[in-house]
Amino acid sequence: MSLNTQVGTWLDIGPVDQISPGNARTLPVRGGEEIAIFHTQDNQFYALVNKCPHKQGPLSQGIVHGSVVACPLHNWNISLKTGKALGNDEGCVPTIPLKVEAGRIFLLREAVIPVPTEAKAA
Amino acid sequence: MDFQDGIDPVTQDEDNVLPPLAEAREHLVVIGNGMAGCRAVEELLARDAGRYRVTIFGAEPYVNYNRIMLSPVLAGEKTFEQIVINDAAWYADNGIELIAGDPVRAIDRAAKTVSSQSGRTIGYDKLLIATGSDPFIIPVPGKDLPGVISFRDMKDVDTMLAAAADGGSAVVIGGGLLGLEAAHGLTLRGMKVTVIHLMDTLMERQLDEAAGWLLKTALEGRGQTILTGANTEAIYGDGKVEGVRLKDGRDIPASLVVMAVGIRPATALAREAGLAVNRGIQVDDHMVTSDPNVLAVGECVEHDGNVYGLVAPLWDMCRSLADGLTDQHSGYKGSVTSTKLKVAGLDVFSAGDFSGGEGCEDIVLRDASRGVYKRVIVKDDKLIGAVLYGDTVDGGWYFDLLKREENVADMRDMLIFGQAFASGGGALDPKAAVAALSDEAEICGCNGVSKGQVVSCIAKGAHSLDAVRATCKASASCGSCTGLVETLLALTLGEDVQSGPKTMCKCTSFTHDDVRREIVAQDMRSIPEVMQKLNWSTPEGCSSCRPALNYYLLCALPGEYQDDQRSRFVNERMHANIQKDGTYSVVPRMWGGLTNPRELRAIADVVEKYDAPMVKVTGGQRLDIFGIKKEDLPAVWADLNAAGMVSGHAYGKSLRTVKTCVGSEWCRFGTQDSTGLGVKIEHMTWGSWMPHKFKIAASGCPRNCAEATIKDFGVVCVDSGYELHVGGNGGIHVRATDLLCKVATEQEAMDYCAAFIQLYREEARYLERTAPWIERVGVDYVKGRIVADDAGREALRARFLFSQQFMQDDPWARRAAGEDAELHQHLAEVRPMEIIA
Ligand code: SRM
Ligand SMILES: Cc1cc2nc3c(=O)[nH]c(=O)nc-3n(C[C@H](O)[C@H](O)[C@H](O)COP(=O)(O)OP(=O)(O)OC[C@H]3O[C@@H](n4cnc5c(N)ncnc54)[C@H](O)[C@@H]3O)c2cc1C
Ligand code: SF4
Ligand code: FES
Repeated sequence: MSLNTQVGTWLDIGPVDQISPGNARTLPVRGGEEIAIFHTQDNQFYALVNKCPHKQGPLSQGIVHGSVVACPLHNWNISLKTGKALGNDEGCVPTIPLKVEAGRIFLLREAVIPVPTEAKAA
Repeated sequence: MDFQDGIDPVTQDEDNVLPPLAEAREHLVVIGNGMAGCRAVEELLARDAGRYRVTIFGAEPYVNYNRIMLSPVLAGEKTFEQIVINDAAWYADNGIELIAGDPVRAIDRAAKTVSSQSGRTIGYDKLLIATGSDPFIIPVPGKDLPGVISFRDMKDVDTMLAAAADGGSAVVIGGGLLGLEAAHGLTLRGMKVTVIHLMDTLMERQLDEAAGWLLKTALEGRGQTILTGANTEAIYGDGKVEGVRLKDGRDIPASLVVMAVGIRPATALAREAGLAVNRGIQVDDHMVTSDPNVLAVGECVEHDGNVYGLVAPLWDMCRSLADGLTDQHSGYKGSVTSTKLKVAGLDVFSAGDFSGGEGCEDIVLRDASRGVYKRVIVKDDKLIGAVLYGDTVDGGWYFDLLKREENVADMRDMLIFGQAFASGGGALDPKAAVAALSDEAEICGCNGVSKGQVVSCIAKGAHSLDAVRATCKASASCGSCTGLVETLLALTLGEDVQSGPKTMCKCTSFTHDDVRREIVAQDMRSIPEVMQKLNWSTPEGCSSCRPALNYYLLCALPGEYQDDQRSRFVNERMHANIQKDGTYSVVPRMWGGLTNPRELRAIADVVEKYDAPMVKVTGGQRLDIFGIKKEDLPAVWADLNAAGMVSGHAYGKSLRTVKTCVGSEWCRFGTQDSTGLGVKIEHMTWGSWMPHKFKIAASGCPRNCAEATIKDFGVVCVDSGYELHVGGNGGIHVRATDLLCKVATEQEAMDYCAAFIQLYREEARYLERTAPWIERVGVDYVKGRIVADDAGREALRARFLFSQQFMQDDPWARRAAGEDAELHQHLAEVRPMEIIA
């Protein structure tokens, strides 16, 4: 989804056609969390930290349906819009503000570097 | 593409730190972050979340986990993560401060403070002691040697796993519940285990002699040595444990000794603080100790003269405790307990009093061929005890009768046959059985959830198994009560769930069979077309209907349908098995389990070149290479292809393996060339997509070394030909095959195999393996189509072979050649300047 209202520095990730509709690709970040960028079948783009809130499954490898991805490890459904686990599961993964301009994908730099890591269990 | 990025480093927002708020709420301090301590807090939160500020001290350096599941962790059935009850987020979300790894050392009741090992002193308004038990260590020489441990916490499990990794022998002292679960886990982990038990009967507190004997025999059958009536004299060793000596002079070498002879309530803190302590910390019906501001709960307490060592009573205690703390005093009335042994494949249940005696009447049923022993004990027309071995389905029902002290005079004669018979009609209706349970009947033993609680949580809107699990936790731990919960869902929701067969998923009101039929009848050709024509309620379906539709179309339109990768589960999209850390495992095909130096060399080279951390022989007679990164997969496949190997489809709803035995070519008993036949069958069937995975095996004689009778299709060679077996599987519910027929020639065996697979491909529902499919349609139906109908069989076979023309191209080769390369590559990598610098 295009969050044009965000202010900050935008990173150019390259042309939109690098990701075919219904698929996702990954963007490792040195010193930060890997990001998954999704292209849905209705042509929206979303970016999320590539870690399922359940057990860190790589969301980029899940089945995308609507604006939801089903995690490949245990099938939690995660909203691409909010990062929240849907249904009866609870948890949330950080989303990264993304905009598409002139056929290119941009991510909000402040959200990419460094992505806050969740607190580890005691 | 890389990012070299030189913009300013991110600044920390320092204005965000708030001064601590003055806290008006009362402060509840809990000592013990175990099962009872945390459950008490959960109960409290459920009643009045904001009422107390809560701080929990835990001696163990972990969040709250399910102690009873340590046995499955030891046995390798669960990981620690899977037994966590409340994770760090739970503490955070509820504003609970957890001080883990820092035991409380003293309580000062006058000052109302506790102080901990690290020197922290914290004030309380209410104090809750939930310190559980200490394992009892028998006072024999050598008890303090390194390598002598108990079985109580995660640390003990880690010690056992480390010891097991070195192999060798272990001695478990104590043949009770805990000891046997430890022995079972250590055996599974590859140690040679001896159990030393003082009494003549294993688990004598829970089992009578007959059941104890059955149990002992079963455990011995699994390779354990069980010494009953054995008294430990000393543990010996030089600097670390080397063995155990018995009073009768026997000597058992061991590098690990697990003491599991009993537990003692952990009362030292309470005693030193001057609280009233007998066997346990003395509490009233509201779990209040002799000091009104100090409460205690769990295994450390003594209530009405009783101390408990099982979880069920703790749940009751915690409810009464929370009621008291929120001024709704209900009062704990003591608990009756039942026991189940958590050893896979051994069903043991006991409840109540079975010591027999004056006025007691025993009713016993034995079924030697099934290894079943049941005994119920009746006194004054009431059930007072039950011992079940081998068939424990009625455990819950007996336990319920016992707790409610129901008059059983009317069903006296049928009692032993179980609920289905005794409650009349003689019909085996599991639904009626569940309906007949009382509201207090326990459904989920792991989480202490009663039938009433499950029903009320369904009534409040939890309309699926997952929702029930998420709301009241029933069946969320070991899962053995899943069936009960499903029945309760059906009973409670009535029409909604009961009417008609299940729809494919929530996106449609059609069943799998409807959809399959319509795809063919209306000649539908794509997923969107199916969704359109059949009024899907969601735009793109979901992760359960999409893969099913993709398969149905693929099966209906061989060679024409364009497979939709996006509708495939990651494993089938990546042609490898995803692992829990996001890497993949790779299994090349080894035809019929045969290999050669060239293949072995290629595998060895791949393991070294790509730094694979593990390579393992699978249960399917081939090699599995673990820990490959998704980026490296195409290169790995290229290397394997170069040695002539193709994908083993270890990841697919597809033909997996064809296991073989050596057969007539080498074996002195072999009647036919089972190896050769297996190889031929695998060449015929590989690459085929199916409703579920499909496994084949061919054994050279009825000794059946290839385990053909638990495969989807199995061949057992005999002198006069080939017995063809269908519909078997291993898995949670093992099912042995049904005999389809016997044929005379190898060619016929192949033909019948092809026809059977095609029938399954065309008629089973997606994710329905042959075993449940055959149970649904009946083996006679399958025989009718494959054996009795020659023309039909031939047509099925022809359709299968036709479809195989399009299926048998190696997906790995295509990927290695560059197809779908973007699936394996990152988009780019972000390398911030400040992090590189
Ligand atoms: C690798 C292997 C274990 C091993 O190291 O030996 C294995 C590994 C897995 N098995 Fe298996 N099974 C393996 C042989 C078996 C066997 C033995 C056999 O085939 O003779 C069985 C019992 C026979 C049977 O299938 O009936 C077996 C019964 C299962 C089941 C239960 C199937 C059932 O119908 O109930 C599952 C669960 C499922 O499929 O839903 C399962 C699921 C799995 C999964 C796919 C679990 C998962 O979803 O991740 C495991 C994948 C691990 C991985 O990533 O590689 N595995 N699994 C074996 C691979 C064989 C191969 O060469 O392809
Ligand atoms: C391997 C195993 C299998 C079991 N299987 C079953 C089963 O199948 N069914 C069943 O009903 N029961 C089973 N049990 C028993 C069950 O686990 C116990 O009844 C239950 O855990 C008791 O709960 P509790 O909170 O009283 O004690 P615990 O769960 O032991 O919790 C007490 C906690 O307090 C901590 N603590 C102690 N002293 C201090 C201190 N001074 N300061 C801070 N923290 C302290 C301890 O470290 C511990 O974490 C099993 C037990 C084990 C060990
Ligand atoms: S490989 Fe099979 S048996 Fe082993 S843990 Fe995985 S699913 Fe379970
Ligand atoms: S890790 Fe995503 S569902 Fe478990």
